[in-house]
Amino acid sequence: MAGFLEKSLFFGMAVSVIGYELGLVLKKRLKSPLCNPLLISIAFVVAVLSIFRIDYNDYYEGGKYLSYLLTPATVCLAVPLYQQMELLKKNWAAVIISIVSGVFSSLVTVFLMSKLFGFTHEQYVTLLPKSITTAIGMGVSEKLGGVVTITVIVIIVTGILGNVAAESVFKWFHIQEPIAKGLALGTSSHAIGTAKAMELGEIEGAMSSLSIVVSGILTVIAASLFAPLI
Amino acid sequence: MKYVKQFGILLSVTLAAEFMESLVPLPVPASIYGLGIMLALLAGGLVKVESVKGCADFLIEIMPLMFIPAAVGLMDSYHELKDILLPLIAVVVVTTLAVMAVTGKCAQGIIRNRKKRENG
Repeated sequence: MAGFLEKSLFFGMAVSVIGYELGLVLKKRLKSPLCNPLLISIAFVVAVLSIFRIDYNDYYEGGKYLSYLLTPATVCLAVPLYQQMELLKKNWAAVIISIVSGVFSSLVTVFLMSKLFGFTHEQYVTLLPKSITTAIGMGVSEKLGGVVTITVIVIIVTGILGNVAAESVFKWFHIQEPIAKGLALGTSSHAIGTAKAMELGEIEGAMSSLSIVVSGILTVIAASLFAPLI
Repeated sequence: MKYVKQFGILLSVTLAAEFMESLVPLPVPASIYGLGIMLALLAGGLVKVESVKGCADFLIEIMPLMFIPAAVGLMDSYHELKDILLPLIAVVVVTTLAVMAVTGKCAQGIIRNRKKRENG
């Protein structure tokens, strides 16, 4: 069985999709915010891989075709964004000011906590682009002299955390406006957060998509100003 | 055959975005250029929403699936991180939640202010 699965071209994709569907079913049944479909699918795939002793690289041979669709899927985010254009025009001040504050608070908290833990310059700049989309974050980390592989890991963990924690954070801080939820998700946890925003609604999704772009570009500029501080 | 046309448009935009990425020496990925190009085409009326909507909705709905392979790969990275694991987790948790709360609160404050002004 394991021999077959190692060589299978469709195993990686199938097990990922089945894991996510399982997560959706559990979420519906149990109604707990801990039942996050993304988290459950990751756990499911890890469990299947270890039960059948399948190497990650063999799984990725099939799984990579899912990741491959990420670029066209991001292009598609323009559609809900276009459909919410009126709302965007009406709220441009809220959009700009809140994304700028979000980017600034990301850089400031990374700076303060790096000081607190006594991180080196290399570790500090590795973390600076943690809240933005992977491809831009990699570029920023590389340019500032960070460790790109760790930046990628931190960015993905940030995204998953944002996706999982969003509903609780919105409850704790009484954030109810759909526009505010979308901006918060996109600015704090990029595309993985945007996947959550899309689940919450069209407006949330559109605002979150916009935040990925704006916060990504702002961070390219602002991170280079923050980099010399440690 | 509407899906063929829709998929064709989306892939053409993605290809154009990839080309732009290869030309511009900035750390900006093709996906961001593509989002910009698609938005410009829609806003300029060169592409109608109906000409991409079905395919776009499908890809957006299955988007969370696209993060699973990379996330499963994190399991292999433990040894790279074990020396700074705890501080790293602390930084990720604190900053992510802080950014989410600050951005959300800030946006909500401004929106509610505007609504109040419009109503009063």
